[in-house]
Amino acid sequence: MTTVALDQSRTVGSAPMVRKKRTTPARRLLHVFLIVVAATWIFPLLWALYNSFRNYSYTAIHGYASFGGFTVSNFTNAWKQGDFTRHFLNSAIITIPAVVLTLLLSSMVAFVVSRFTYKFNLALLGMFTAANLLPPQALLIPIYRMFRAIPVPLWINDSGTLLNSLWGLIAINTAFQTGFCAFVLSNYMKTIPMELYEAADVDGASVFRQWWQLTLPLCRPPLAALATLEVTWIYNEFFWATVLLQSGDKFPITSSLNNLQGQFFTDFNLLSAGSIIVALPTLIVFFLLQKQFVSGLTMGSTKG
Amino acid sequence: MVAIPSIVVVGLIWLPALSSVVLSFTRWNGIGNLSAHDFVGLTNYRNIATNYPPFWPAMTHNLIWLLVMFFVATPAGMFLAVLLDKEIRGTRVYQMALYMPVVLSLALIGFIWQLIFSQQNGLLNAVTGSTIDWFGDQRYNLWAALVATSWRQVGYIMLLYLAGLKAVDHSLREAAAIDGCTESKAFFRVIFPVMRPINVIILVVTFIESLRAFDLVWIINRGRNGLELIATLVTQNVVGEASRIGFGSALATVMLLISSGFIVIYLRVVMKGDR
Repeated sequence: MTTVALDQSRTVGSAPMVRKKRTTPARRLLHVFLIVVAATWIFPLLWALYNSFRNYSYTAIHGYASFGGFTVSNFTNAWKQGDFTRHFLNSAIITIPAVVLTLLLSSMVAFVVSRFTYKFNLALLGMFTAANLLPPQALLIPIYRMFRAIPVPLWINDSGTLLNSLWGLIAINTAFQTGFCAFVLSNYMKTIPMELYEAADVDGASVFRQWWQLTLPLCRPPLAALATLEVTWIYNEFFWATVLLQSGDKFPITSSLNNLQGQFFTDFNLLSAGSIIVALPTLIVFFLLQKQFVSGLTMGSTKG
Repeated sequence: MVAIPSIVVVGLIWLPALSSVVLSFTRWNGIGNLSAHDFVGLTNYRNIATNYPPFWPAMTHNLIWLLVMFFVATPAGMFLAVLLDKEIRGTRVYQMALYMPVVLSLALIGFIWQLIFSQQNGLLNAVTGSTIDWFGDQRYNLWAALVATSWRQVGYIMLLYLAGLKAVDHSLREAAAIDGCTESKAFFRVIFPVMRPINVIILVVTFIESLRAFDLVWIINRGRNGLELIATLVTQNVVGEASRIGFGSALATVMLLISSGFIVIYLRVVMKGDR
């Protein structure tokens, strides 16, 4: 919020700033440098994109560092061979509930922590925030055993336990991400004036209503930012899906890459197309919701 | 209202973390119940340090990982942030190009860099004419993995630092300029010290992420043959052939111990204003 004001003041600027903006050789050098760096940076992606449109027989003869042999069949082949329909569906089944649950749970924590000044609030928030920073591998053994020991009805999961089930992944992703979101949301909620809650108290609104009908609508900006960020994070999650799912057909798209590697190994054009397809959802989120994505990332670190 | 979230986080994060510590003192193989005679004290830790060949290479690899992130990726990200913070045209385009990899998963990044590092079909060998197996040869694969991971990390650090720079009070710069500071002098003497909180956070994030590094090396070769990391050793001991629960837990506890120091630093910085 303060950054907006700052940006404006900067463009108005004072005398020395205005002078600096004129095109000098140093400025031009800076541009050249940045263009080179930026081009280098997106090159691997462009390379994948380029090769995804070329057919195998052409590159087999002419090598990959060549021009020609364009086709779109890699995309359809990759989709079919990689069973992408199923894996994208798995990703959606995990990601959507996990993000909704994470935001619900973390907003409750943040609401309590920022609204009521109990002594243990700081410790509570610390407990949630720190959970997000623990190495997941350090919890692996107990989680694995626990999930294997928790029985669920067969109609929920065919293995009869939480292990090898998408529900287990929703649970662990939610648990991991709640800390980060609670921290960001509590910082935001602290900026909501207390008078609003006093008025709500006078009007007889319950604590639950104050959370659901008063606080959450006010928190729309951080919730949107966090939702964007969490969608990409949980979609990208690799470790838990790899270790907690045993049958390949249950893997979300990111972990199914591990299976794909074998199938795509000899055909790098197919590999490129597969990579582009998997990257596409996050790239779309990135281009469409860039502002939300960035503010979500930075809210956590710079305290809004 | 905090009850449900607390149950979730305590039950799925904190209790398992504590259990890892408890299990690390046992030789339990996961069959039957844990009983008193399974407790073996520090034996697992002793075995890890003296009798488990991949452990010290893994520690070394994690340390190299950290050093590269700390001395290469982080300064590069900061440097680019400082450049992009100047008012130049097209700054958003440059920024976008640099942080595009941040939205990709590290597993996918391993996949994409395969197209460059592959021995037969990779671009690098095609252009240079070398025949090095970048992801396969244990002399090189750690460095190849570090290039791929830095690709993402630089953009991430750049983004965090840029946000930090934008939040710095602008009058500070003007004051420095009026006092006749050169730009670099103003940065190191004025701006950098003011940004202490974000500097510390970036540091902690770098340390923690280096310790947790997993996805990329797992997709390359499951953390074997030159790419051993602590995180992959834990995973191999549980998901792999033998379930050596006590032993794997001791490795996990080592990770917990290292990370807890940084977590404390992080919490102290981010929660300072609340006290």
